[in-house]
Amino acid sequence: MPERIGVFVCHCGKNIAGSVDVNKVRERAAGLPSVVHAEDYVFMCSDPGQDLIRRAIQEKELDGIVVAACSPFLHEETWRNLAKKAGLNPYLVEVANIREWVAWPHSDDKKKATEKAIKMVEAAVAKLRSDKPLQLMRIPVNKSVLIIGGGIAGIQAALDVAEAGLKVYLVEKDPSIGGKMAQLSETFPTLDCPQCILTPKMTELAHHPNVTLMTYSEVEEVTGSAGNFKIKVRKKATFVNWDKCIGCGLCMRVCPVEVPSEYEIGIANRKAIYIPFPQAVPDKAVIDPISCLRLKYGKGCGLCAKECPSRAIDFENNEKFEELKVGAIIVATGFEVMEASNFPEYGSGRYKDVITSLQFERLLAPSGPTQGKVIRPSDGRVPKQVVFIQCVGSRDPENWNPYCSKICCMYTAKQALLYKEAVPDGQAYIFYIDIRADGKGYEEFIHRAMSEQKIIYIRGKVAKIYEEGDKLKVIAVDTITDKKIEINADLVVLATAAIPSPGIQELARKLRLQLSEGGWLREAHLKLRPMETLTKGIFIAGAAQFPKDITDTVAQASAAAAKAISFLTRGYVEKEPLVAKVDEDICSGCGNCVSICPYEAVELTDEGVAKVDEALCEGCGACTAACTAGAISLVNYDKRQLFDLISTLVGR
Amino acid sequence: MNKFEPLIIGFLCKWCASAAADLAGTSRLQYPSNLRPIMVNCSGFIDTSYILRALLEGADGVLIAACHPGDCHYVDGNLKARRRIAIIKNSIRALSLEPERIRFEFISTSEGAKFARVVREFTEQIRALGPNPLKGDER
Repeated sequence: MPERIGVFVCHCGKNIAGSVDVNKVRERAAGLPSVVHAEDYVFMCSDPGQDLIRRAIQEKELDGIVVAACSPFLHEETWRNLAKKAGLNPYLVEVANIREWVAWPHSDDKKKATEKAIKMVEAAVAKLRSDKPLQLMRIPVNKSVLIIGGGIAGIQAALDVAEAGLKVYLVEKDPSIGGKMAQLSETFPTLDCPQCILTPKMTELAHHPNVTLMTYSEVEEVTGSAGNFKIKVRKKATFVNWDKCIGCGLCMRVCPVEVPSEYEIGIANRKAIYIPFPQAVPDKAVIDPISCLRLKYGKGCGLCAKECPSRAIDFENNEKFEELKVGAIIVATGFEVMEASNFPEYGSGRYKDVITSLQFERLLAPSGPTQGKVIRPSDGRVPKQVVFIQCVGSRDPENWNPYCSKICCMYTAKQALLYKEAVPDGQAYIFYIDIRADGKGYEEFIHRAMSEQKIIYIRGKVAKIYEEGDKLKVIAVDTITDKKIEINADLVVLATAAIPSPGIQELARKLRLQLSEGGWLREAHLKLRPMETLTKGIFIAGAAQFPKDITDTVAQASAAAAKAISFLTRGYVEKEPLVAKVDEDICSGCGNCVSICPYEAVELTDEGVAKVDEALCEGCGACTAACTAGAISLVNYDKRQLFDLISTLVGR
Repeated sequence: MNKFEPLIIGFLCKWCASAAADLAGTSRLQYPSNLRPIMVNCSGFIDTSYILRALLEGADGVLIAACHPGDCHYVDGNLKARRRIAIIKNSIRALSLEPERIRFEFISTSEGAKFARVVREFTEQIRALGPNPLKGDER
């Protein structure tokens, strides 16, 4: 327990020194019990600042240090590493956060800020005096990765991880991988078709020796921690034996039931037994039990089973659960788009010819239900006047999402271009707030749309759409000329906002991840750790974090894969030794700690006392509060230390 | 006459409330310096004896700030804390202390503004309530 403590007070330029009297803090610190050295410096985290601490540790033979500086989230790691290099146990370091918690929020009252800063330093010293030296724990890892989501992000991440020689399990909720990208007509700004650039990756993944594909499956339960997660996967009932199914599609031909296709977003129908699209991977059929006559009534029909050449259809509920053990997880659950029914000003989804841009993708796609022929959903006529509306539900803090959905400016330009190629004598109008074209080749792409194809860009928002005869009356205001505009449109395409996948909240809960505003997955640091989460061993790829185009999604997916690979290839995880410990002399064996522990890290031994599995313990401390005897405590957060902390802070 | 300046002990969970307090600072939101914060891993760690200790030592109020339900980094420590605090609030009546001296709040990482508002509100609330009656006159 430290008896020769050094206190180091950082000015952080004027950030701290501007509102806290750092000299006074240093003077007061110097007089505290066990403190043998106190210094202040303009930037403690700079090289000379760190050097000053290192020298003090060595020359003054310090056995513990308090750094009064910025938030421990920023530099606790720095001070610990520094201590280690200087020969001091890294757990004999305490941080007093006098910047974020004192100097900045109390910059209007220097006297009070200084008083509080002194208290915070006193408290840190009081705690440090009872801290014990600890060693990082090393726990071997399972060198495999679970990837949740089989869109382009999950596919890219899976390929990268598999190529590095690690085992990959890819869990996808739909029957096929491919995600949103597989639904697109072409991709901006190169106009590659997804079939040309995505399908090969899907096939490569399916055949990769290191990859286990688990489509039509969902993550049911996650236990364990970084390096050693245990995953329970629910393989949904397909009612088709996939070992036998050869993907010939004869079943779909004879099935008498038609329902709107999810893949075609309602633009076309599918059968009750279906393979979602021709390039599906795996190329296997599933039966939708809600619409299948045989499953609904328990008898009859069965045409598909009669037709199936490989006898793959069994109408038996073949739902299964499988347990996986993985070292790391990459979440790549992507995004959804808002439905047209959300927008009463645009007909609440009542007008057949007001569609979302994702639906329009299907009309443009050469592989789509119309083979790329652009027609109106209502009457099958070729639309000659098409109005595109951007920012529907985006950049609209009063009504919907405050954020920009990032991809709509570009895909709208693409769709207008493709429309003009399909209907050369048609006219496309695009209503926009601003044009955001900030990628490689993007600005040029927009200009191509404007100049070559004479697409009319109108700055302004559409106020109302209503049906008039077989036309859609689009009422808007051009905000540059301030003139009212009316267009008699044949088709209206809404660039509705990108929103998080509907299951993300539940999944985040299972994975113990946090969500940002808007429901996107929260990254560990927006700028510096955008592909990591605050839960060690779990990484994010793609639009699950925030809307992204394919270019950025692929980049982040590879980055997340690299993070997962580097996390696992070392072979072990270092675990903070801040875990619970049991004083066996006091433990009465009541088992309160066993039942309250969310990690099943505590058990009762044959001797009737509690025992903590340090590899499983996450250090939450719930057990310490549940122990009536005070027999279980968190290392370096024991009851006496907390009482010392409280007494110090209350003392005036 | 000196204005009564309440002393408030704050237990902030590391994953949400502490980060929210950081955000309040980074956003330069101003709030009263009456709060003296302690960062703990999880609100579920907060033993009722810590709250009692703070009050017995003379703190005028105790704030416990945790992650929102469902956001707890340790599954449900925040809900454990909420239950525990509901009980201790009631029990301190036996010490002639007002339950209002203990406040429990869910504050997420992104709610820097809420953190500042809660500290502001709570400080005023305790100021109105007056000094901790267990505290001697000398302080």
